[in-house]
Amino acid sequence: MDFVDYYKLLGIDKSATPKEIRSAYRKLARKYHPDLNPNDKDANKNFQQINEANEVLSDPEKRKKYDQYGKDWKHTEQYEPGSNTGEQQSYSEGKRYSGMKSEGDFSDFFEAMFGGGADAGRRRHVKYRGEDYNAELHLELEDALKTHKQTLTVNSKKIRINIPAGIENGQVIKIQGHGGAGINGGPNGDLYIKFTIANHSDIKRSGNDLYMKVNLELYTAVLGGEITIDTLTGKVKLKVKPETQNGTKIKLTGKGFPVYKNEGQFGDLYITYEVKIPTNLTEKQKTLFAELSESEA
Amino acid sequence: MLNYLNQKLKLKTMRTDRLIAIDEFCYNHNIEISFINSLDQSGLIEVTVIGKALFITEEQLHQLEKIVRFHYELDINLEGIETINHLLQRMAFLQNENLTLRNRLRIYESDE
Repeated sequence: MDFVDYYKLLGIDKSATPKEIRSAYRKLARKYHPDLNPNDKDANKNFQQINEANEVLSDPEKRKKYDQYGKDWKHTEQYEPGSNTGEQQSYSEGKRYSGMKSEGDFSDFFEAMFGGGADAGRRRHVKYRGEDYNAELHLELEDALKTHKQTLTVNSKKIRINIPAGIENGQVIKIQGHGGAGINGGPNGDLYIKFTIANHSDIKRSGNDLYMKVNLELYTAVLGGEITIDTLTGKVKLKVKPETQNGTKIKLTGKGFPVYKNEGQFGDLYITYEVKIPTNLTEKQKTLFAELSESEA
Repeated sequence: MLNYLNQKLKLKTMRTDRLIAIDEFCYNHNIEISFINSLDQSGLIEVTVIGKALFITEEQLHQLEKIVRFHYELDINLEGIETINHLLQRMAFLQNENLTLRNRLRIYESDE
């Protein structure tokens, strides 16, 4: 557990007046407040640090203790850990930067010196919405094909969620009321789940459309024929036109990905043919190709 | 959920909305109703009037709480909040666009 320099965090001198502390804090709070930096973990961490610094330095008693024992925090036994004296005074200033505040937002250093979060005394009369939680869920491309239920464990609680077909990589869904508990009877926060969908080795997705490359034998490309390909939803038979060129693209309407929250609607599947040139030709095959070549000339 | 300040009201249109009484919200957050009126006038939130009572829909609660934090915690005035709101919307749009483009680029990524 390391010593935390609260003065350095707020960019002020040890001799800073309460007004200077408040001003420095407000300036940094405007910079790092979670409402102004959605989904920015670094900003949230910075915000928690400056919040903690302000918690200590704006409270005369805590500041005195910090100034006296800060670097020697291990020798603070003579103080009663967790003493909340003075909090009501700081609250009377009417400033509380709530954003992401919850238990556990304070550093180990703070907990050791002051005995945990000091909000309990402050929140006696005011109801606050609970903290929003963020979680990440990894899916395979096939998992996003069909609407299904999945059980998640968030903060030791099991939550069963419905994942709609067609969910997009990076998409975030909100599960209302499954965040942190509200304070003093306030509503719970929400749970935000970000989906990470792995790239498929053969099939690529762009929105609701799918793209895949299909190898085509030279003879089938020249003469035409029928091939069977594997798609995400099963095998599909395709008729190949004679004289199909390398790189030819075809569209299979409605064979793409399901459209998110639009049941029965699908994107398209785009197939690009890659004509395979035969290798290890026999002498006879070489002769035949030579004859073909001469016939062209 | 939200039972501390929610009221479930059946509107004349038979549409059932979860509405939050403004006076209770203001009481709980220790703010002036005039502030909510200013937000309504500036279009940052939409207040529903039923009889003499003012309400906001539950969907706007998150936005309203955010605005309250901007104003009362960060000392940002209404004009500043409007600007921030616009920029946050713009940022969300760009983030969404960025995500769409990144997902499109995945088509060209190698399999490994």
